[in-house]
Amino acid sequence: MAQKMTGAEMVIKALKDQGVDTVFGYPGGAVLPIYDAIFQQNDIRHVLARHEQGAVHAAEGYARSTGKPGVCLVTSGPGATNAVTGLTDALMDSIPLVVLTGQVPTFMIGSDAFQEADTVGITRPCTKHNWLVKETSELASTIHEAFHVATTGRPGPVLVDIPKDVQFATDKYTPPEKADLGHYQPQLKGDIETITELVEAIEKAERPVFYTGGGVVNSGPAASQLLRELVESTGFPITSTLMGLGCYPASGDKWLGMLGMHGLYEANMAMHGCDLMINIGARFDDRITGVLDSFSPNSKKTHIDIDPSSINKVIRVEMPIVGDIAHVLEDVLNVWKSRGRKTNAGAIKNWWGQLNDWRKIDCLGFEQKGNVIKPQYALQRLEELTKKHDRYITTEVGQHQMWAAQYLGFEDPNRWMTSGGLGTMGYGFPASIGVQMAHPEALVINVAGEASWLMNMQEMGTAMQYRLPVKQFILNNERLGMVRQWQELLHGERYSESWSSSLPDFVKLAEAFGAKGIRCSDPDTLDDAIMEMITHDGPVLFDCLVEKHENCFPMIPSGKAHNEMLLGDDDTAGAIDAKGSVLV
Amino acid sequence: MSPLKIKKGANSHSAYNLRPNFSDVQETHTLAVLVDNEAGVLARVIGLFAGRGYNIESLTVAEVDHLGKLSRITVVTKGTPQVIEQIKAQLGRIVPVHQVNDLTVEGPTVERELALFKVEGTGEKRVEALRLADIFRANVVDSTLESFVFELTGPSDKIDAFADLMRPLGLLELARTGVAALSRGGA
Repeated sequence: MAQKMTGAEMVIKALKDQGVDTVFGYPGGAVLPIYDAIFQQNDIRHVLARHEQGAVHAAEGYARSTGKPGVCLVTSGPGATNAVTGLTDALMDSIPLVVLTGQVPTFMIGSDAFQEADTVGITRPCTKHNWLVKETSELASTIHEAFHVATTGRPGPVLVDIPKDVQFATDKYTPPEKADLGHYQPQLKGDIETITELVEAIEKAERPVFYTGGGVVNSGPAASQLLRELVESTGFPITSTLMGLGCYPASGDKWLGMLGMHGLYEANMAMHGCDLMINIGARFDDRITGVLDSFSPNSKKTHIDIDPSSINKVIRVEMPIVGDIAHVLEDVLNVWKSRGRKTNAGAIKNWWGQLNDWRKIDCLGFEQKGNVIKPQYALQRLEELTKKHDRYITTEVGQHQMWAAQYLGFEDPNRWMTSGGLGTMGYGFPASIGVQMAHPEALVINVAGEASWLMNMQEMGTAMQYRLPVKQFILNNERLGMVRQWQELLHGERYSESWSSSLPDFVKLAEAFGAKGIRCSDPDTLDDAIMEMITHDGPVLFDCLVEKHENCFPMIPSGKAHNEMLLGDDDTAGAIDAKGSVLV
Repeated sequence: MSPLKIKKGANSHSAYNLRPNFSDVQETHTLAVLVDNEAGVLARVIGLFAGRGYNIESLTVAEVDHLGKLSRITVVTKGTPQVIEQIKAQLGRIVPVHQVNDLTVEGPTVERELALFKVEGTGEKRVEALRLADIFRANVVDSTLESFVFELTGPSDKIDAFADLMRPLGLLELARTGVAALSRGGA
């Protein structure tokens, strides 16, 4: 008969059996038994964040950069409510997380006990699924099911709420192979008839485009490999959403760059002008489509997604394929090859002629003149000096995030961690900590704005404690740059509350934590300063003072179509009408 | 960058109602949702409707398989064909949901509702209420010298019709269960 153990010991055993090596968390009254169990073992590292939100974002960074689920452990009440932003962020971006929360003892639930919150109630809409475990006998099985749900199908965050008496009580442990995983088992193979229909469309297409997204990353490395094979062998152009950067290498000659609101001119024009759109693991987000009535008006569309609810949600598609990207792409390639690898080569050649003309617009062109650093220049230099490294990039949210997506090149998936769907300022710094924990030898850089970075700056303590040499590359314009840009464009230059007043001295701030601070305001010394950042063995806070009023272009204004992009300041007069101005 | 001239007070649009050219026709559908009978499952279903702005016209839930711990939720909802498709897909995404059937598109169905009517009155009105109840095959389940409680089972429109008739005759209170539905024929 299996040996009995406490609920707290079960948690640790279940995590070990699930292959977990790192847990991000913060202790408190209702999880003390689990922390006691952590203290008495050496297999699982616990990383003490400085705020529960930081712990969840760190777990997201860990998950996104490894493809494994991220694990968090926080206490009841405020511990759980502080985790809500991270859970919502992970849900929007389909990041697999298992968050364990402590809860007041079962006999006190509902009594408004100290640090009691209705955690499963609060997190129901921001998790893929959640559980309140009331019996120790069910605890291990529930944790195994939680890992199954978080990582199967469209990944997402799950939460297991564990009352304190359940952690103390003893019972038999259920190993993963004996756990009841429920009936949740999403379909992996796509419908072969629709796949054949897609292959026929590929053979005939005159102006095709691959439109790929974060689903390719989530499907795993095989999906990226198959995607590359499909792109190379068909010769079709490819663009990607913010979440899918790296699935196809930025150095590849079929690469058009990112699409969407701040996407590249050639990518958006290709989307608008194509006759076959092959959506692979993207979800027609409103940052991508612009106004729906004029979205890619003349194309036949296919949508490959593991989540049936993503299909026909905003854009009607002719060829919906529900399934895992890698499985579906393998079938697409097999069918296409067996039918003789045909494409409409003449038409594709003409299409590339058009695409190359659009490329000549050079929509990311800028001029670094004078003695103030342009943010685009800072990122261009960062790219140049770091691209040969084993490099992972995280970002905060705002202008710097879009510039990073435009000016940094990603050669592989899982190298780019950013908050896409929720747009969470304060994501990047803790995420960089999670990435560095998973990849101790890699160069991990968080491209940040000063305002976003301050939102989770307490995590400096975490970076120092675990000697994580994360590089915080702050493009400091002393503004909420994206808010300021919209106010300039839409609100008559009334810059309501969009400047960063009373900023700290970032160099001294770094030094106060025992880290290294670097400030740079001169384009001529920028390269040296970046090299100093890279070579320093430890966390660096890099305060890069940039042009304060630079705007992020290209930009599709709200309420406009892909072919109505603004390319620079000269285009903006009268660009957004009253109807567009109320869009977000 | 030059400032733009924006009209003040524009307020009727947001990025989330830039609807594509899907059909605007509102359809009423009856969905049968088979779920694990576990804590919070109804909250998940209702929360989905509330959170995504879908309509619930009627909702019933009860355990239908005690051994398998399964409950059946019957929900009547209204929306454009695209919204109905979304509702079904979103319901299917909920982990404890086993199966979603759209009874409205899957062929003919039987839909029944049970209602209790408390009607107060004396004299001719009381006699008329009893006569109408007889025509509708409603049962008298409680009676005092001044009141009746009628029990009526039938499709929702029959309940509506009976309620309309009882109103001038002294309808005091009305309790309805909501729709339970099954497809006709075998399997």
